[in-house]
Amino acid sequence: MVNFIWFGLIFIAIVYSFLTGNIETINNGILTHATSGVNLILEMMPLIILWTGIMKIAEEAGLLKIFAKFLNPLLGKLFPSLPKNHPALGYIASNIAANMLGLGSAATPFGLKAMQELDKDNKHKGVATEAMITFLVLNTAGVTIIPTTVIALRMMAGSKNPTEIIITSVLATSISSISGLLLDYFIRRKRK
Amino acid sequence: MNTISKIIIPLFVLLIVLYGVKKKVNVYDTFLEGAKEGLIMVFHITPTVIAMVFAVNIFLDSNFLEGALKFLEPLFRLGRIPIEILPMAILRPISGTATLAIMNDIFVNFGPDSFIGRLASTLQGCTDTTIYVLALYFGSIHVSKTRYALPVGLFADLMGIIAAFVITIIFFT
Repeated sequence: MVNFIWFGLIFIAIVYSFLTGNIETINNGILTHATSGVNLILEMMPLIILWTGIMKIAEEAGLLKIFAKFLNPLLGKLFPSLPKNHPALGYIASNIAANMLGLGSAATPFGLKAMQELDKDNKHKGVATEAMITFLVLNTAGVTIIPTTVIALRMMAGSKNPTEIIITSVLATSISSISGLLLDYFIRRKRK
Repeated sequence: MNTISKIIIPLFVLLIVLYGVKKKVNVYDTFLEGAKEGLIMVFHITPTVIAMVFAVNIFLDSNFLEGALKFLEPLFRLGRIPIEILPMAILRPISGTATLAIMNDIFVNFGPDSFIGRLASTLQGCTDTTIYVLALYFGSIHVSKTRYALPVGLFADLMGIIAAFVITIIFFT
């Protein structure tokens, strides 16, 4: 699927710009956008390294297990295929918490680490497990309680009430996540 | 609000380090161990990030979306959907920075407190960039068979976008 999208984006971009005579832009783009990718990695790298380091301490100290236990009623229902003490659960719980608080930069390393833990007992390497897909759906829906970036931009644009969109965002993101999780649940049940 | 989000991270780090020391964990060595794992993680996601950023950006450069939308414009005028919001709705699953830029343009042109400004704000907050997150997370563990993950993720996005429209209308008109 990603394979197809990636191909589609490149194919449409290049063919369309040939047709519209926009070759100059696309030629420059091909040469510069690899650099944008590297820049993004360089932006993420210190945060990923810092947070995986900090979270390792939390893991060793048993803090992640406590946190996961706290969210167990919810996580147990979402991830029935995982045993209660699975090491991924602590990272999943931290990822959800960081996303909710709008700390996207911390959420990504937790999410990557959770995926790594989930992959450890994946019997068919290279194929997504049910737990991985549920976790991904939870992430792509991006449950955010405080959309910090949006509020900051609204403030800069001179909004009279920058935070008034919190309630509408929370409602919309909840509907998005719940629909995703429900569809995921029905697909899982049908496959059994 | 701002002060709270400024306190959370330092407090969180302090709590973890304190708890680690209390549990007699060698916090420094453990940090290094985890950080090393993080470095390997970065190594694994670099090709994915470059591949996605490259494809998405040349797609945006080609102006294909503007062309396609001009073609569809009369259809949306009939449905009284503000046309300026459409690129944002379409790009939401592909690129977070692109939609953020569109949202800012809408703020400049229509004001953040206009209907379309509020709609754009809600849209930006309601979902994450599904395709990027999927490529990143699965790419990091070399999973290429993603099964039903993408359709479910995109379905959630669509429901979020529809919900954003409906909720903004209910709350602000």
